[in-house]
Amino acid sequence: MNLKVQNNKAWFLVLPVLLLVAFSAVIPLMTVVNYSVQDIFDNSRVYVGTEWYREVLNDPRLQASLIRQFIFSGSVLLIEIPLGILVALMMPTKGRMASLCLVVLAMPLLIPWNVVGTIWQIFGRADIGLMGAFLNGIGVNYNYASNPTDAWFTVLLMDVWHWTSLVALLCYSGLRAIPDAYYQAAKIDQASAWAVFRYIQLPKLRNVLVIGVLLRFMDSFMIYAEPFVLTGGGPGNSTTFLSQTLTKMAIGQFDLGPAAAFSLVYFLIVLLVSWLFFTTITHLDNKK
Amino acid sequence: MNKRKIIGISIYIFFIALPIYWLVMMSFKSNEEILGSLTYWPQNFSFDNYITIFSDPSWYMGYVNSMIYVIMNVIITLLTALPAAYAFSRYRFLGDKPLFFWLLTNKMAPPAVFLLPFFQLYSSVGLFDTHIAVALAHCLFSVPLAVWILEGFMSGVPTEIDETAYIDGYSFPHFFIKIFIPMIRSAIGVTAFFSFMFSWVELLMARTLTSIHAKPIGAIMTRTIGGEGVDWGLLAAAGVLTIIPGCLVVWFVRNHIAKGFALGRV
Repeated sequence: MNLKVQNNKAWFLVLPVLLLVAFSAVIPLMTVVNYSVQDIFDNSRVYVGTEWYREVLNDPRLQASLIRQFIFSGSVLLIEIPLGILVALMMPTKGRMASLCLVVLAMPLLIPWNVVGTIWQIFGRADIGLMGAFLNGIGVNYNYASNPTDAWFTVLLMDVWHWTSLVALLCYSGLRAIPDAYYQAAKIDQASAWAVFRYIQLPKLRNVLVIGVLLRFMDSFMIYAEPFVLTGGGPGNSTTFLSQTLTKMAIGQFDLGPAAAFSLVYFLIVLLVSWLFFTTITHLDNKK
Repeated sequence: MNKRKIIGISIYIFFIALPIYWLVMMSFKSNEEILGSLTYWPQNFSFDNYITIFSDPSWYMGYVNSMIYVIMNVIITLLTALPAAYAFSRYRFLGDKPLFFWLLTNKMAPPAVFLLPFFQLYSSVGLFDTHIAVALAHCLFSVPLAVWILEGFMSGVPTEIDETAYIDGYSFPHFFIKIFIPMIRSAIGVTAFFSFMFSWVELLMARTLTSIHAKPIGAIMTRTIGGEGVDWGLLAAAGVLTIIPGCLVVWFVRNHIAKGFALGRV
């Protein structure tokens, strides 16, 4: 690690980024804060204080989708992080096969999110989709449109398909950074494959995994387009995640005030979890 | 390389490729065949769906629009994020840590309610329905990510290089462009890939900020859902075409990804 020099002139280098991001971030955020404390009624606005916040926090529909959201994000992280590491470990390291693997792996990441939903919508259909027809062919009564378990299974599988590659690509480039000398030393010590992974590879993957976990948490917690296209939130409300509930509220019912209050609460939850994760990791670092 | 690894990765690649295979096959079929029965290979191989897209400006302009704003976004992101990442990796300054985390928080705002203020903001400055509006809006998440990734790489470059250059009489801009940027080529490749990726796949903001002239392909695709149901073949063909630009980008940066974070925080 390089030692950093104290220099407040560095602000000039950061200024373009600050202005650029602030332009799109601050005014909309202020507007939303404004909505969240007012009752907007035709053209008159009444200050209502924390009323919308209280209403939103006591809404059982929101509580239900919040729980669903945590279960979803938790499962996504539990599946995708280990699987991504495993895939990165199995990937060929050089030659044409490595390039080919990289390109195929990156493909799901580069498909617009609503198209991802569409692909799985067709793929899972029992009459015209490969997966749906196959599952029904081997005797599983699979139908993601009417069975909540199947719907969950499909949404999870879709997310694993869509995003595990991100973790794998990050870990792959992290693994490439380990000098050969480390492996040779391990060989001399006759270390087992597990020991090599635990004491050489995993510590070196730490930083890319921090990026991976944070990105996957944020994106999975705000997932919208894919399940919306695939299941429309159904059957019933079984796959209605938080952002879909929010959208229904904001656009479907024109409840701008509660919707704004809700999105700020939503924002704070993501912020809090990310911050906790971030500080825990840095704290553990400083201890070492 | 042992056999178990090869088998493992083959299974995973197969899992990734299968839904894409199904999409590609569908794009060569007619709607009657798609809805009629399950065929693993198109019975009547036809390019009709692709011909429809390439012969209709309202279709192919969607790709052009998406490409324009994505490229704008990548350029703006790199131009602003490079100096900022340098500042974060080399200097301590007032409020550096809160600022760094604040940048990241912009990726965490749920879009649904923010869309309306976004629309109002960009309309009020007269940018509604322009490519640059979408490019600027996408900077909200691409810039923080770029700063984050670049900062990691730059921290891996020893400061001695900077110091030697300054002693040799290089000015900061001269040093930055002539020496530093060539040193972190891989980092720029990886960052460009991530900016491209997140901007290309984002749709909610892009759709909200455009109506006719800068409409992205993802929004145009919804029109395949018409009165007589979904035109699956056309939808599949349009979907296949959305994958191709990304694959080209990955192909170009593949070696950089492989070198990847080698310099960086790892």
